[in-house]
Amino acid sequence: MHKDNNAVRDEIIRRSGVNPRKCMRCGKCSATCPAYDEMEFHPHQFVYMVESGDIEPLMNSKSLYQCLTCFACVDRCPRGVEPAKLVEAVRLEVIRKQGANHLKADDIPALVTEELPQQAIVSAFRKYTK
Amino acid sequence: MQRIGVFVCWCGSNIAGTVDVEAVSEALKSEPGVVFSTNYQYMCSQAGQDIIKNAIAEHKLTGIVVCSCSPRMHEATFRKTAAAAGLNPYMVEIANIREQCSWIHKDMATGTEKAIILGKAAVAKVNLNAPLTPGESPVTKRALVIGGGIAGIQTALDIADAGFPVDIVETKPTIGGKMAQLDKTFPTLDCAACILTPKMVDVAQHENIRIFSYSEVVEVGGFVGNFDVKIKKKARYVKEDVCTGCGICTEKCPMKKAPNEFNMGMDNRPAVYIPFAQAVPKVATIDPNYCNMLKNGKCGLCAKVCTAGAIDYTQKDEIIEEKYGAIVAATGFNPISMDKFDEYAYNQSKDVITSLEFERLTNAAGPTAGKLLRPSDGEHPHTIVFVQCVGSRCAACAEKGKEYCSKICCMYTAKHAMLTRDKYPDTDVYVFYIDVRTPGKSFDEFYRRAVEEYGVHYIKGMVGKVSPEGNKLMVQASDLLANKQLHIEADLVVLAAAIEPDKSARPLATMLTASMDTNDFFTEAHPKLRPVESPTAGVFLSGTCQGPKDIPETVSQASAAAAKVIGLLAKDKLTGNPCVAHSDELMCNGCSSCERVCPYGAITYVDKEFRMPDRTTAIRRVASVNTAVCQGCGACTVACPSGAMDLNGFKNAQIMAEVDAICK
Amino acid sequence: MQVNNGYQPKIVAFCCNWCSYAGADLAGNNRLAYPENVKIIKVPCSCRVNPMFILRAFQRGADGVILCGCHPGDCHYTSGNYYTRRRMALLFSMLNFLGIEKERTRVEWVSAAEGAKFAATMNEFCETVAALGENKRLEDLRCKR
Repeated sequence: MHKDNNAVRDEIIRRSGVNPRKCMRCGKCSATCPAYDEMEFHPHQFVYMVESGDIEPLMNSKSLYQCLTCFACVDRCPRGVEPAKLVEAVRLEVIRKQGANHLKADDIPALVTEELPQQAIVSAFRKYTK
Repeated sequence: MQRIGVFVCWCGSNIAGTVDVEAVSEALKSEPGVVFSTNYQYMCSQAGQDIIKNAIAEHKLTGIVVCSCSPRMHEATFRKTAAAAGLNPYMVEIANIREQCSWIHKDMATGTEKAIILGKAAVAKVNLNAPLTPGESPVTKRALVIGGGIAGIQTALDIADAGFPVDIVETKPTIGGKMAQLDKTFPTLDCAACILTPKMVDVAQHENIRIFSYSEVVEVGGFVGNFDVKIKKKARYVKEDVCTGCGICTEKCPMKKAPNEFNMGMDNRPAVYIPFAQAVPKVATIDPNYCNMLKNGKCGLCAKVCTAGAIDYTQKDEIIEEKYGAIVAATGFNPISMDKFDEYAYNQSKDVITSLEFERLTNAAGPTAGKLLRPSDGEHPHTIVFVQCVGSRCAACAEKGKEYCSKICCMYTAKHAMLTRDKYPDTDVYVFYIDVRTPGKSFDEFYRRAVEEYGVHYIKGMVGKVSPEGNKLMVQASDLLANKQLHIEADLVVLAAAIEPDKSARPLATMLTASMDTNDFFTEAHPKLRPVESPTAGVFLSGTCQGPKDIPETVSQASAAAAKVIGLLAKDKLTGNPCVAHSDELMCNGCSSCERVCPYGAITYVDKEFRMPDRTTAIRRVASVNTAVCQGCGACTVACPSGAMDLNGFKNAQIMAEVDAICK
Repeated sequence: MQVNNGYQPKIVAFCCNWCSYAGADLAGNNRLAYPENVKIIKVPCSCRVNPMFILRAFQRGADGVILCGCHPGDCHYTSGNYYTRRRMALLFSMLNFLGIEKERTRVEWVSAAEGAKFAATMNEFCETVAALGENKRLEDLRCKR
């Protein structure tokens, strides 16, 4: 396993608050998932791949956006693993990486105008601090 | 002042090689209380023991210190020696100068110096020793077995065969327990009734066994060897000694709509009933919740048809008081409720059943006379899905499931699947598993036979959802090895529900002061070495009340518990450990701190009259230690805020004296 | 053992009868050396150790006190070592507040099979205490004769 992968994995675990080691590989998450057939990587694979640090393929997969976040897997997992929260955390990882081609923090003050909603400023900053 | 003799052992060269034994015995001579000090090659030998005996007589010794090997080796030997010479055995202390001195130090000077200090500490302790006599208590030679399942039956039979009277208390109208409900037993597939009912008959006919059926334990007092127990015999409205078990009343009873518990509520029984044909005792019972006569006084048909005149509508609950020497808990298990598992549609469809219900469906004495038919429409099911680990190994939510593995489900599911394929080869059988756990004699072979010879489809994965559609059940599941989601159109879904201890176990444990784990299983005195004893003396554990078990394991544990009970009842008197806690009543302030920390429930509080300095009397609440129950751990001595509680043999003053001697 | 120019710390070890005392015996059986400064007092259970004994030891000039008991869940008396763990957590933090460094006090679980662990623990504990030097905080000079 690569060290960088571990760093990404640890960040995803931290962000989601999920401990994938609790998984006992029963597959109930995938059994319960309504979007299963659309997905390239299924909920139980998500948990396993995050646990083993194999996150790159997950980030490149459309499966991320096929998860409906219905939380059926979270509700029914007998070990309390909460796979949907992991999916969400990986989604965030992709979104936050996109920040690199956007504004620099120093550029923002110049762009702030009267019309700009307060929320936009806050979210712009949030992008750089996480 | 004590007159102490010190005896330093060479242990050949084991001690003398690194400790100057001469110097040790010389140095200890001048310690307070020491009147005699010597050394010898082997103190534990006959000649060495004679030296001790002679010295006790010659120097009128009141205490002895032996500087030798570990007390775990020869403390008992030297105590016997002292007793033989007329000295109280608890006036002997050992200074461990072999394992904890000579063997770990290479240098004579350091070894000798340490041996002297250890000797001084022992002398300091003996100076404060007091003669101790172990307490004795008589043993009531009768055992109580709570629970009449296979565990209780086996325990009772074994104790009774050894010649001791046994009472079985069972809450249901008959003994037999869960095993009586089963069809076949794994891995040999012999029928449960065929092997259980002869044992039930043995119990009924055994001269040493009394059965209190339809009864429960309501109060337990006393302690090991001397328990006082109150048993409530619930009114069954039938005179037990008169009823012949002919069953006419059950046939004639017009009220036939009571759910039949024995068939897991899958059919109905009359208000007056005998649970099953081989029930023991074979006596009818009237269910007051359904009997019209008892509810509104309109009926009385059963009394009219009973030729023996056994019906008695005026019967009342009866309390029986009895003394016992030992109590065995054999309260057993139940499948957990499926109410929280909405995803399996248990409450929506009659065709989603638990394994115990399936067991009744396939039992020749069951609601379908052994034909496997769907509870909803009585049709033969062609596709059956078995789901394992329903509520077992479930750590997510304590209200929903249990964190432990229920142990028996893998095997009974394999049995159900195999028997179904055997009787109805046209049936497709799927088993969804997380892991198949088959450790046991001929267990894995059995499971493999189900797969290889009977063609049961074992699928690694879990069922996520069961939804009734028309007269079918749509099962959505994952097949992890194929990495597919499966959709199976099933006729019957069988849930391997986790098992949990019977609800009566928790209040019983409180009555017995026996400890329980967080799952309400009884805790054993030691997980490996004392698995059938409760930490509470005189209370023993049999069967699934201690943890999930199959029948062979239950029977072996039941016999083991019986052996322990027999060992206890065979004694006329129980000799206690004299090193028990003791409370100084004048110092006790009645705060209950000690009572709360005692793991054995050995401490109770009593109101006692005390004479006050001004010649009045006052009633004060003080702690009282039951020396027969106290095991001498000393937890209470530290909890006591006023210093009233002390431990014989390890008194505060004695340990302080040792500390002082070591730190000097 | 001689560290700090011949300074030898005095160490009192309380061992429960069922696990740790047997573990200490096993260390002896296997001839596993540990410093002679360690003197063992046998108690039926680690929960028999009254905080008073520990204070007394420090008052009388001990430099370190260690309590050994059965592993959690293995206590001969079911729950004694849990009491020990809780009581000592409080006592040791109070002692630390009084200036008895927390390195001078310790609770260790040693089973009857862990002779090697017992010896290693004592060696390491002795070294730690020796490095701290003499305990003068609680020592009662009146106790010196």
